[in-house]
Amino acid sequence: MSFATQAQGPATATRKPVIEVSALTKTYQTQAGPVPVLHGIDFALHEGEFAAVMGPSGSGKSTFMNILGCLDHLTTGRYALAGQDVEALDNDALAGFRNRVIGFVFQGFNLLQRATLEDNVALPLVYAGVDRATRRERAREMLAKVGLGKYAQSRPNQISGGQQQRVAIARALVNEPRLILADEPTGNLDSKTSDEVMDLFCALNDEGISIVLVTHEPDIAQYARRLVRFHDGLLVQDSAVENRRWQGKSAQEVRA
Amino acid sequence: MNQRMIVPMLGEAWHAIGANRLRAFLTMLGMMIGVGAVVLMLAVGQGASAAVKKQIEAMGSHLFVVLAGSQQAGGVRTGGGNATTLTSDDAYAIRELPGVTAGAPVVIGNYQLVFESNNWNTQVFGTTPDYMTARDWKIADGSSFDDGDVQAARRVAILGKTTAQNLFGDSSPVGQTLRIKNAPFTVVGVLAPKGQSLDGRDQDDTVIVPLTTAMRNLTGSRFRNAVRMIMVQAESDAAMNSVESGMKDLLRERHRLTNGQDDDFFVNNLTAVANSAAETAKTMSLLLGAIASVSLLVGGIGIMNIMLVSVTERTREIGIRMAIGARQKDVMAQFLMEALMLSLTGGLIGVAMGAGGAFAVQAIWQTAVQVTTQSIILAFAVSAAIGLFFGFYPAWKAARLDPIEALRYQ
Ligand SMILES: Nc1ncnc2c1ncn2[C@@H]1O[C@H](COP(=O)(O)OP(=O)(O)OP(=O)(O)O)[C@@H](O)[C@H]1O
Ligand SMILES: [Mg+2]
Repeated sequence: MSFATQAQGPATATRKPVIEVSALTKTYQTQAGPVPVLHGIDFALHEGEFAAVMGPSGSGKSTFMNILGCLDHLTTGRYALAGQDVEALDNDALAGFRNRVIGFVFQGFNLLQRATLEDNVALPLVYAGVDRATRRERAREMLAKVGLGKYAQSRPNQISGGQQQRVAIARALVNEPRLILADEPTGNLDSKTSDEVMDLFCALNDEGISIVLVTHEPDIAQYARRLVRFHDGLLVQDSAVENRRWQGKSAQEVRA
Repeated sequence: MNQRMIVPMLGEAWHAIGANRLRAFLTMLGMMIGVGAVVLMLAVGQGASAAVKKQIEAMGSHLFVVLAGSQQAGGVRTGGGNATTLTSDDAYAIRELPGVTAGAPVVIGNYQLVFESNNWNTQVFGTTPDYMTARDWKIADGSSFDDGDVQAARRVAILGKTTAQNLFGDSSPVGQTLRIKNAPFTVVGVLAPKGQSLDGRDQDDTVIVPLTTAMRNLTGSRFRNAVRMIMVQAESDAAMNSVESGMKDLLRERHRLTNGQDDDFFVNNLTAVANSAAETAKTMSLLLGAIASVSLLVGGIGIMNIMLVSVTERTREIGIRMAIGARQKDVMAQFLMEALMLSLTGGLIGVAMGAGGAFAVQAIWQTAVQVTTQSIILAFAVSAAIGLFFGFYPAWKAARLDPIEALRYQ
């Protein structure tokens, strides 16, 4: 198979592709008839890349992310994730990819309100069939990593929005995914907590995790290595980020 | 589904139910009543059939007791067993009827028994060996008396276990001589213990002697050959009707009763008495069974309804779970488990209610009840089956949700 690689990011040529998308279109079928949203996207993301996706409201960013996240199906085109043709996968295999390959972070956090933070973080491990002791250990480790180690037994409504988003990131990380997809993760946060969350993403990226992150704020996009711009269902710009806001703090420092 | 997921899923199901306790309780009510009725139904039904079985075991099977006496116009029986119209010859004639395996004339009296320094007052039966046949009463020690002993009016006696123990202690009474109403009797055998009768009488507190001996030495009736009752055994349940009518015709003929005259005896079908008690219990069981099936159906529909509501309310949660890797079967298992937990918890309370109800029935109506392990297992199996059956559709609906639609659900 041959994918048109458009990667413009720094030093990508030698790295393995995580995402390969070519001529991707998406048309929603509604009662009012078909609504074409994406009109032919070519995109590739390699190991260790950090791409920010920007674009006006309605340009199809979330639609694109949902397809990348194996939550929705493309209409035409190809999408390969970690070398695997996603459209060829059955439902269980897709769930397995969502569980182990991808970590999803949402604008609205999407934590289970009834469960403790530890149980929230451990949930992907339940579906991965990991034993109880390991689940606990991993969940606590991840909570510590995002600086919330002492809140393990709290519930989402007892902590702030920024903290909730960090719990959501811990949950996304717990199964050691290769890719994090974040759709406006700072959309509900003020600028200070946004910066904290972005520091965390950058530190994770430095550890080797590939990231695609949608945002409306140029400030936030400045944390990424690469900027992708959508307009009316087309990818109209793909360039390296200049004057990156990340000075390379380690996750240890971020936590402090 | 991985078995490591079962425990966290059970925990989640428990929390989900606990989050809405009143709703869960109301949902479980139907199950509780249904399962309670099932347990009660089985307890009453099994209790009744056990009681009948015990009664028949205690009496002997397919038995009639023919008593002397007449029926007045108002239907009130008078002088039952005290009239003197039945004779031992009636018994011997009945014995010859087709389908009859035993016909024993019986006279009864209470007398003082003496052995050495021991005294004991007990009920003495004068009868023939047929009595032991009819009542299916075995000899534990020694032997029975035979028809020759009856013809010769020998003074021999068979003791019930209690009587034997009270007069002879632990030593064997066989071959010893005791006195009944001052006449010496040789003990030839001891009866196997039968225990209490249903009215609580100790059946082993008795002595059996040949009919003729009893008439001559004990009862000393003024009416020759008059007996208190005749115990008749038919060869099978099927033969009972023909034996009963044959017996009535025979006795009317022997007593020279004309067409207009009432019977001067009456026939008591002991098996029928026992069976009619069982019939009543069976009717009650059926009624409870009807209540049970309706409640279980309503309970099942209640569970289905609440599970559908729960799936709708938690659409977003289902979306989140799918987004982080839950497969369709995981979601299905989660909701099935929740339905199962509802139905089993309802069933558990129902079992407790049914067992409690059974003992209340026993206490209030003095009916024998029996709560068996099998009936409890059955009740749980029914609960589980209902949970799975009625939980299936909501769980399937949850599993089939589209992750992206579910996530978007507000
Ligand atoms: N399920 C759907 N059915 C029909 N049309 C849809 C559906 N989801 C999105 N759309 C349409 O597709 C277009 C792109 O939506 P999308 O959510 O991808 O945009 P976006 O770039 O993420 O916007 P925003 O910045 O506001 O989040 C919009 O016009 C939207 O109305
Ligand atoms: Mg969007």
